Amino acid sequence: MSDQPHASSSHGSDAGSEQAVAAAPPAAVGTEGGHGPTRRDDDGGSVLHQILSGSALMSALAIVLALLLGGLLIAFADEDTRAASSYFFARPTDTLAAAWDAMWQAYVALFRGSVLDWQADSVVGMVKPLTESMVFSVPLILAGLGIAVGFRAGLFNIGAQGQIIVGAIVAAWLGFAVDLPPVVHLLVAVLGGVVGGAVYAGIPGVLKARFGANEVIVTIMLNYIAVYLISYMLKQPSFNPGRTGQRSPAVQPEALYPALVPDALVENDFRLHWGFVVAILATVFVWWLLERSTTGFQIRAVGANPAAARTAGMSVGRITIITMVIAGALAGLAAGGQVLGTERSLTAGVAASFGFDAITVALLGRSRPWGTFFAGLLFGALKAGGFLMQSLTQTPIDIILVVQSLIVLLIAAPPLVRSVFRLPAPTPRPRRPRPARTTPKEVAA
Amino acid sequence: MRRVLKLAAVGAAATMVLAGCGQAPDSNTGSTGSAGGTADAGSTSTGEAAGDFKACMVSDSGGFDDQSFNQSGKEGLDAAKDELGIETVEVESQADTDYATNVNNLVSQGCNLTIGVGFLLEDAIQTAAEGNPDSNFALIDSAFSDAEFKPVELDNAKPILFNTAEASFLAGYLAAGMTESGTVATFGGMQIPSVSIFMDGFADGVAKYNEDNGSDVKLLGWDKDKQEGAFSGDFENQSQGQTLTEQFIAQGADIVMPVAGPVGLGAAAAAAGADGVKLIWVDSDGYLTAAEYKDLMLTSVMKQIGAAVQDTVAQTVEGGFTNEPYVGTLENGGVGLAEVRGAEVPAELQTKLDEYKEQIISGELKIETPNAP
Repeated sequence: MSDQPHASSSHGSDAGSEQAVAAAPPAAVGTEGGHGPTRRDDDGGSVLHQILSGSALMSALAIVLALLLGGLLIAFADEDTRAASSYFFARPTDTLAAAWDAMWQAYVALFRGSVLDWQADSVVGMVKPLTESMVFSVPLILAGLGIAVGFRAGLFNIGAQGQIIVGAIVAAWLGFAVDLPPVVHLLVAVLGGVVGGAVYAGIPGVLKARFGANEVIVTIMLNYIAVYLISYMLKQPSFNPGRTGQRSPAVQPEALYPALVPDALVENDFRLHWGFVVAILATVFVWWLLERSTTGFQIRAVGANPAAARTAGMSVGRITIITMVIAGALAGLAAGGQVLGTERSLTAGVAASFGFDAITVALLGRSRPWGTFFAGLLFGALKAGGFLMQSLTQTPIDIILVVQSLIVLLIAAPPLVRSVFRLPAPTPRPRRPRPARTTPKEVAA
Repeated sequence: MRRVLKLAAVGAAATMVLAGCGQAPDSNTGSTGSAGGTADAGSTSTGEAAGDFKACMVSDSGGFDDQSFNQSGKEGLDAAKDELGIETVEVESQADTDYATNVNNLVSQGCNLTIGVGFLLEDAIQTAAEGNPDSNFALIDSAFSDAEFKPVELDNAKPILFNTAEASFLAGYLAAGMTESGTVATFGGMQIPSVSIFMDGFADGVAKYNEDNGSDVKLLGWDKDKQEGAFSGDFENQSQGQTLTEQFIAQGADIVMPVAGPVGLGAAAAAAGADGVKLIWVDSDGYLTAAEYKDLMLTSVMKQIGAAVQDTVAQTVEGGFTNEPYVGTLENGGVGLAEVRGAEVPAELQTKLDEYKEQIISGELKIETPNAP
């Protein structure tokens, strides 16, 4: 940590530009997107250097660093460690052993709860944690993709929470109140959720395109409206035969996502459903949309430079609306996964905090479809593992939130991570300013 | 800036040095030995048969530090742990989507008794109870129901319920007798049966007083017949409770009963800002738990969640688990009215209250409510 100021002062200019880039993801994404074709040329450069300075490694290191810092917090939160630290100078080994023990136990539990529980009795029990991670990742991936698409167009869509809620209301209502044949019912309910989310996201899109309303403010306000809308809906007789105002009737079996691992194949109690496949398909779709389609090119162009895009003859307003509608549709898919797959009924808390976590997921995934996918998986795993970590080791569940926040915080500051691990700075950026700065000196000498 | 940092660093270092100067314990038991002699019963078996018993609890999204029923539940479990030397595990839920996973994790960890705190955990506990017939479960504040919301009984799950209407009837009668403005008020956190039942009893108490004395004490915030009234919307937002209470005070209310957990503190803040307004606390004795407002507390409608949890755990440890619902009543002390402090209750009113209490216990007077357990 001691060389951190040194690093940032000597590479002042590139550190600054890096930070600016990371702090404003849409812009960063836009620039990179704008250089789309040149990225392929870069492959010819030093491969090792590319990997060491690349964003994927930086994300991985940020995760490692965040886990280490989280481990320190776990140790401090541990009662045995605190007890032992009261006589730290008499016998320091006690404190260190207890701290290591707490940290190790917690992370082992985290792993057992999210990937593989080797202490389970059966193979099904062993892989169940992995399926749970996948279950929790479905809404994070889908809503995260929606946020990512917005970022690429330079839109800060903070409204995924509201879009999920509205999508969930529509999907759940179609799921329990309408009678339709099996496959059709599921499709109708899923589509209903997509439309619900898309319409709700279209509102800020239209307001921004037509009247220049700031989408951040509008989406945040729409989140509040959605929260009160769902508690109002749950009090209506059709949503609330139990007269409790808390939970809708259960979604009919025909409208549920089928289990991904059918009982006929292996006897299991997994909650994993086809929503995960939908998440994969959506990732492929978003990749195609952004990287291969004309609309995607326009989205990236608007994100990179709206004025230039307008000059080039693109309708910025139209692209803004399209982007928001796509983002809302993806959030609606996330809602469908929740009410038609995981929760199977509508409650006021059906959206949990997925809409906000999705922003972090999109940031961690650097607004790339597959990056978002894996970031969603990671956050799903952290969530699933957190439950076992809390119940086995009594580690406060909030630690997981801290780790998640640290990951994003570190990703927003690549020079910090780089200086901690003593990695070289990326070449493409510093090369240009450096000769400009050194030449005059040489001339003077 | 530098100097501040330096001072802070020196201070932090000094604290650490001082904090780390304690004597090392002689025992060589390793990391489980705790220096301060704090309770470490959780990690060590007491060697009795009860040592193998594991009682577990899942909070709702309010968390165990909510100064309300999650906290009472945890206190009951802690008391059971100290008394019986059993092992306990407590997990907090952060969102509605966490309940099922938390409950399942506890069951697969080998919890003999898993207790869900709050109505919102009904589905999670019910599903787990159906899937794990060998473990026992308990659910605070709700019974079980099927997909059509019809009540069902499960062999291995015990609902822990409270007929709080009995106690809040007395509170309503007392409030109607004590009010000087002729107006009393109540509001809830969320419109769920375990909250509305307080308000039903309160409304009945006020009505009974009016009937007995031919008076016209008005109740704001709850219409028992229509089952409609004032709700703050959640169990967190204290400023909402403050606003509601200020409105009630503006309409002339001088006794307010907030049924909203920590939101009640907002009501207390509003009452503190007005003259002569008293509160009726709920769940615990507000004179003790909300001590900074103890001068405002007329009385409290107490719901002994902790004692009920402790009893249920003790029963299960002794092998006497039944799926029969525990219903807290005036008779078994599961609900009750706290001592009236800071105000003189007229002897006549007190006699009436005692009389009605007797009648409720003997079953002569029934408090009817659609929200009864």
